[in-house]
Amino acid sequence: MTADTNVDFNELNNALDTAIQGIASAPDVLALDAFRVQFLGKKGAITEAMKGLGKLSPEEKRTQGGILHGLRQRLETALDTRKQALDAALLADRLAREAVDITLPGRGQSMGSLHPVTLTLRRVEDLLGQLGFSVAEGPEVEDDFHNFTALNIPASHPARAMHDTFYFDATTLLRTHTSPVQIRAMEQQQPPLRIIAPGRVYRCDSDATHSPMFHQIEGLWVDENVSFAHLKGVVQVFLQRFFERDDLQVRFRPSFFPFTEPSAEMDMSWNGGWLEIGGCGMVHPNVLAHVGIDSECYQGFAFGLGLERLTMLRYGINDLRLFFENDLRFLEQFA
Amino acid sequence: MRFSEQWLREWVDPALSSEQLGAQLTMAGLELDDLALAAPAFSGVVVARILEAVQHPDADKLRVCQVDDGSGQPVQVVCGAPNARAGLMAAFARVGAQLPGNLNIGQAKLRGVESFGMLCGASELGLEGYNDGLLELPADAPVGADFREFLKLDDHIIELGITPNRGDCLSILGLARETAAQNSMALGGPELIVVPPANTTQIAVTITAPAACPRYCVRVIEGLNHETTTPLWLTERLRRSGLRPIHPIVDVVNYVMLELGQPMHAFDLDRLTGGLEVRMARAEESMIGLDGKTLKFDADMLVIADAHGAVAMAGVIGGQDSGVKIGTTRIVLESAYFTPEAIAGRARRLGLHTDAAHRFERGTDPELPRIAMERATELLCNLYGGIPGTVIESLSTEHMPQRAPILLRRARIERILGFTVADDDVTNILQRLGILLEPTAEGWRATAPSHRHDLSIEVDLIEELARLHGYGQLPARLPVAELTIEARPENRLGLNALKERMVSLGYREVISYSFVGAPLLAKLTPAQAPLMLANPISSEMAAMRTTLWAGLIGTLKYNFNRQQTRARLFETGLRFVPHCSGLQQEAMFAGLIFGEERTEQWATQSRKVDFFDLKGDIEALLKLGDLTSKVQWLRDTHPALHPGVSSRLMLDGEELGWAGVLHPSLEKALDLPGQVFVFELQQNLLLQRRVPNFQPVSRFPIIRRDLALLVPDSVSSADVLNCVRTGAPAFMREAEVFDVYRGQGVPDTFASLAIRLILQDNERTLGDTDVDAFIAAALERLHTQFGITLRT
Repeated sequence: MTADTNVDFNELNNALDTAIQGIASAPDVLALDAFRVQFLGKKGAITEAMKGLGKLSPEEKRTQGGILHGLRQRLETALDTRKQALDAALLADRLAREAVDITLPGRGQSMGSLHPVTLTLRRVEDLLGQLGFSVAEGPEVEDDFHNFTALNIPASHPARAMHDTFYFDATTLLRTHTSPVQIRAMEQQQPPLRIIAPGRVYRCDSDATHSPMFHQIEGLWVDENVSFAHLKGVVQVFLQRFFERDDLQVRFRPSFFPFTEPSAEMDMSWNGGWLEIGGCGMVHPNVLAHVGIDSECYQGFAFGLGLERLTMLRYGINDLRLFFENDLRFLEQFA
Repeated sequence: MRFSEQWLREWVDPALSSEQLGAQLTMAGLELDDLALAAPAFSGVVVARILEAVQHPDADKLRVCQVDDGSGQPVQVVCGAPNARAGLMAAFARVGAQLPGNLNIGQAKLRGVESFGMLCGASELGLEGYNDGLLELPADAPVGADFREFLKLDDHIIELGITPNRGDCLSILGLARETAAQNSMALGGPELIVVPPANTTQIAVTITAPAACPRYCVRVIEGLNHETTTPLWLTERLRRSGLRPIHPIVDVVNYVMLELGQPMHAFDLDRLTGGLEVRMARAEESMIGLDGKTLKFDADMLVIADAHGAVAMAGVIGGQDSGVKIGTTRIVLESAYFTPEAIAGRARRLGLHTDAAHRFERGTDPELPRIAMERATELLCNLYGGIPGTVIESLSTEHMPQRAPILLRRARIERILGFTVADDDVTNILQRLGILLEPTAEGWRATAPSHRHDLSIEVDLIEELARLHGYGQLPARLPVAELTIEARPENRLGLNALKERMVSLGYREVISYSFVGAPLLAKLTPAQAPLMLANPISSEMAAMRTTLWAGLIGTLKYNFNRQQTRARLFETGLRFVPHCSGLQQEAMFAGLIFGEERTEQWATQSRKVDFFDLKGDIEALLKLGDLTSKVQWLRDTHPALHPGVSSRLMLDGEELGWAGVLHPSLEKALDLPGQVFVFELQQNLLLQRRVPNFQPVSRFPIIRRDLALLVPDSVSSADVLNCVRTGAPAFMREAEVFDVYRGQGVPDTFASLAIRLILQDNERTLGDTDVDAFIAAALERLHTQFGITLRT
């Protein structure tokens, strides 16, 4: 290239026009690059022309430089526009390729479930826990003393016949109720005492409405002035909260348990009638005496509820046997 | 307790409907179990006399009767009852009568003979408990009278559940007393008279067990008509109380028991030898009871004996050879107070349950025997023409129940009930119950009537106040207590947290019986003899589980048989392990997996579960308490598990539990559908939790080095990792296996173990020399200890 070479702007312009048409239909970024090199590369047409400007007068330099700058801008705009279009097409293509059928199910381990009796138990513990009842536990293979004698049911008391007891030998048995946990708790701790004792209990009886094993929860509150009125209040509000029905009526009906006096059966309103839901009463002075608590100073109430019964009413289960068959089609309903 | 409403209302008749009466009894603590009609609805039935009964000309078993039904004209009826005979009084359904079971009586022709109505047996009138054939009415029954009115059939049978403390309510008298008290009414009932002796025959009585029998009354009654039958009105009352007629004398004795609550016994005087003795049973003594069964007595059983031995088990059942029979004309009537302690439990022990024992073991009224004896005498004399002798009463005052006065304090009433009962209400209520009151400064001194032996301490009286006041009328209040915040140790997990984790891992919680079949346990834990129930429901539910696997396996089989081919189950609860130091009741946490690893789905290749699925789940469980690194998985053998796929888990030197696949021979013996993976862990250990303790995070770069090692099969990956970790500098953060390869390029009996080492120092950037030195030392240890080399 020589210093006196004059730039043929017409030719350059035409070449640029042709190129811009080419750019608009360039298939990919590589093709765009070729156009850039043709004009702006080291030996590109515009680059060369720019180099020649140095030898011109300042006036010509300004004029020609302005023209060249304009050409360069045209080229770059065309390249950018096409680049954006190509990028957009590329992205659109990727998005289309990557699309999935989001209605297919998710991967991963299927979830398990808790047994419905556990659901009820947790609910009961949660509700009564608000009043400060804490959970106590005891053995299921019990001795005669804790299951009967200490609960004011001496040997050959007719009330023993009310409990169809499973025996191992003359003095060892499967607990027939959760009440022995009361005794064990009171043996270990002086009042005030506020416990609930949930667990498996056993009766030698089996048909559609009796299971040889079922669950009870026992509540016990012993303090200086815990009265029958408190028993009524606690049980009533508990049942209303459990069933989430503020209009639930609870009826206390005189009854007999050797370990409480006064004693009551608890009935609740259900489908227009009354349904027996558990037993309760004021802890019998003989029971307190058995565990060395002075009944002149302390008194309290106890109540017992059947967890299966509560569960059946709460979830509409109609057959007691379902609880222990553990059919997966039954269990999976309690996720 | 079953009884006729009419009977009760003869004693006390409150202005309440039957339903209201039932509800009142329920709320008095005498729960209404059933309220039924004494007889189903029927109409058009009258009392009639059979005038003539002749053989039907064409049927052997039929008779043609002429019946006087009070209409003035004899009515012709064809009857098939064997006891249809001239002179008999019977129930007669006229043409147009409607009988139970939608039976309409019309005119009919039987084998060519016209019949206008039907002579009825009890069953045709819906009356249970009578013999077949026509119901025989008394000779003086009014011909033409409506049969329902005649037998007073518009009555209810009330059935109450009587709690063991209210033995006093096992009689019409007792229920009437309670009803009268509830309604503030006076007690009616028949006049109880004393029948003067009219003969001098006596029997000698010796009481050698006065503590068990403080009061014993006998009386000889002679001249009883042995050709008579029990009157229909009495039979009918027995029927409505659920008793069948047995013998005219026994029926009267039962009637008085129902009426007054005193069980009595009638001996046939001519079948006794010598006098009577009330004593404890002798060794090996036995007797044939009225039910024909031989009773072998224990030494704590009270008997009535004559010169030859026991003639009755006191308060429970009479002997077959001394009781009344057809033809009995002379009896010894016994009416006694046996203490509940002497009777309770004995009948049950011999497999008996009698009305007498039921009452005596609940406590009868010690003042009642003589009164009841007079009542029975009166009936026996009036109905069967008996001639009574003198009542011989043996009374041991010192052994009679002592009715000590009970102090009832005003303040105590309020403290127990949370409610103030006005003094007037206290006296009014208690006096209605027959309790004698004497005022004191603090309240009252109360004496309970002899029939209320259940009232012995202050709270018993408070219960009576609450009961008569009405439990429903007592206030209900939430307690007011001092608020506090209970301790919640952070180093203990709740069982619920573990259960939740299992649910997240896809396990379903089951609850299975704590008792299972002994053969199953013998297979799972052969070394342990399970605790056996003495009185199981079935042999399948006879042995206390020594492992929770028993229930989980049973549940799996139950579900597999119902087309469930995949299961992930867990259960928590006690297992019962006999031990030389006594029975151990251990709280366990157990699980089982079987079948496909995941439910079949589009995105994952399906495969069967294996040991490492189980282990992964256990590790996830252990992570809750940050215990994973503390637990050692030891290779060990368990009788129920595959010896090559079983592990004993240890935590801080204690056995946490076992995990593995059930032994292939068990798979077969238990008829399992395939490989079953199980674990069982000690809840107590599992519930530990490590409270987090922060360690500074290094700012320096991590270096990772991977080693491919040739490891002989006899060396476990845990051995390798332990060896690498032992003596490693503090900058070795992590050493884990990331690949295990066997096959081409690896000799038999070797595995290629790929180990990832993560190295990072807290203080500085590690250089190659640090790393190389450590790795060289580790390789040297591996080689020396196990002959492990780098795979090249």
